[in-house]
Amino acid sequence: MPKPDNELTWKDLEIGCIVTNPGSAAVYRTGDWRSQRPEYDFSRCIKCGVCQMNCPEDSVKKNELGYYEADLYHCKGCGICSRECPVWVISMKEES
Amino acid sequence: MTKRVGMEVSVAIAEAVKLADADVVAVYPITPQTHIVEHLAELVVSGELDAEYITVESEHSAMSACLGSAAAGARTYTATASQGLELMQETLYVASGMRLPIVMTVANRAVSAPLSIWGDHSDVMTVRDTGWIQIFNENGQEVVDNTICAFRIAENRNVLLPVMVHMDGFHLSHVIEPILLSDEEQVRAFLPVNNYPLPLHPSKPVAMGDFAPPFIYTEAKWAHEQALRNSKKVILEVWDAFAKEFGRQYKPVETYCAEGAKTLLFTMGSFSETAMTSIDKMRADGLDIGLVKLRLWRPFPFEELRDVVKGVDTLIVLDRALSTGGPGGPVCSEIRSAFYNLNPRPQIVSFVGGLGGRDITIEGFESIVRSGMEIAKSGSDKEFQIFGVRE
Repeated sequence: MPKPDNELTWKDLEIGCIVTNPGSAAVYRTGDWRSQRPEYDFSRCIKCGVCQMNCPEDSVKKNELGYYEADLYHCKGCGICSRECPVWVISMKEES
Repeated sequence: MTKRVGMEVSVAIAEAVKLADADVVAVYPITPQTHIVEHLAELVVSGELDAEYITVESEHSAMSACLGSAAAGARTYTATASQGLELMQETLYVASGMRLPIVMTVANRAVSAPLSIWGDHSDVMTVRDTGWIQIFNENGQEVVDNTICAFRIAENRNVLLPVMVHMDGFHLSHVIEPILLSDEEQVRAFLPVNNYPLPLHPSKPVAMGDFAPPFIYTEAKWAHEQALRNSKKVILEVWDAFAKEFGRQYKPVETYCAEGAKTLLFTMGSFSETAMTSIDKMRADGLDIGLVKLRLWRPFPFEELRDVVKGVDTLIVLDRALSTGGPGGPVCSEIRSAFYNLNPRPQIVSFVGGLGGRDITIEGFESIVRSGMEIAKSGSDKEFQIFGVRE
């Protein structure tokens, strides 16, 4: 069982902090940086995917019904999807 | 066969890089640059050196190209000076933080403004804390030798750090000196193949220079600190191996007539040569004086320096850079700090001189020493003395 990241000592690090399992940033929870979260009114959604194309973090995915939805583990709440949606499906709500 | 040639030092350094069989040379070829990269271009074009020669649009890009090259496992070289080193600044930290074995010659020169193309140590002092190994040299032969040693030090599995090989701009970079150029086979045998442990390769992807949140950044910096401190062991081994193979021995701290002397003059770089001649003259005149010369600037050789000043009453430190608005000589302030806990500790007198290419003559060193001894006796309310300024 590898140590949790916040228990690693300096001796555990690879030379120059090289990461030998690329893509591991996917496990990094950027969602907790969020101050606003996207909320959806799918009744208006035309499934155009503009929100997905504009997401700078690639955190918008298609759900099982074919609607586009942010993955809140990674979504930083920037609101670009809400701004770009042509049919005003997405509204940004304050995180409590 | 070792050849003895009369050669401009910059050209000789390019020959040393050829002997070291560098794979990639990434440089900004325009001013502030030296003939090193001009001659390397000739060597690559003529086929004498089989290397990729990348000309880039700035020194920032030169070092950035070196990062990629070293990360791919290539033996990587670049050279710069003064403003060029300044422009490289942020990428210098990347090279050392990512532990990439890059070798760079720096022709130490003043920094503008006012515009000066001449030599001093102002550029070096701005990159003091970049986490590179830094070696100073007194003459052309030493720069050539340490260029070769630098590759072996940098690429050593227990080091993996970039190395700056310093030489005084113009006083060394543009003068013709007699140089012993070693046999190519002998140098290649001295330099094992660069075998970077985790190179960029499609078959085994890695991520370099990644994000380090607060929970790991301190550990990363401490690992770098340990690597730089521990590199001294390898530096000493490489210098010993070099001496065995080529007959010239280098040490972190070197001395001249220092044995038993109660007063020592401290210098770095090419001025040490004039200082030695001055020491001869002063000793002939009956002055009890010796010289201590710092070769290894980083990692800083605390122990070796403390050993040298045992029994010394006065240490007169000459800096060729000014820490403006601060303690004066940046090297002297490190020396003061290194000796603070010594008991007894020598009186330390700081001089700043030789700025922007101004020479210090044999008589000049004598004047520094005599007024330094006077200050040690009578004290001074100044942090440092500036030598030779017209009031």
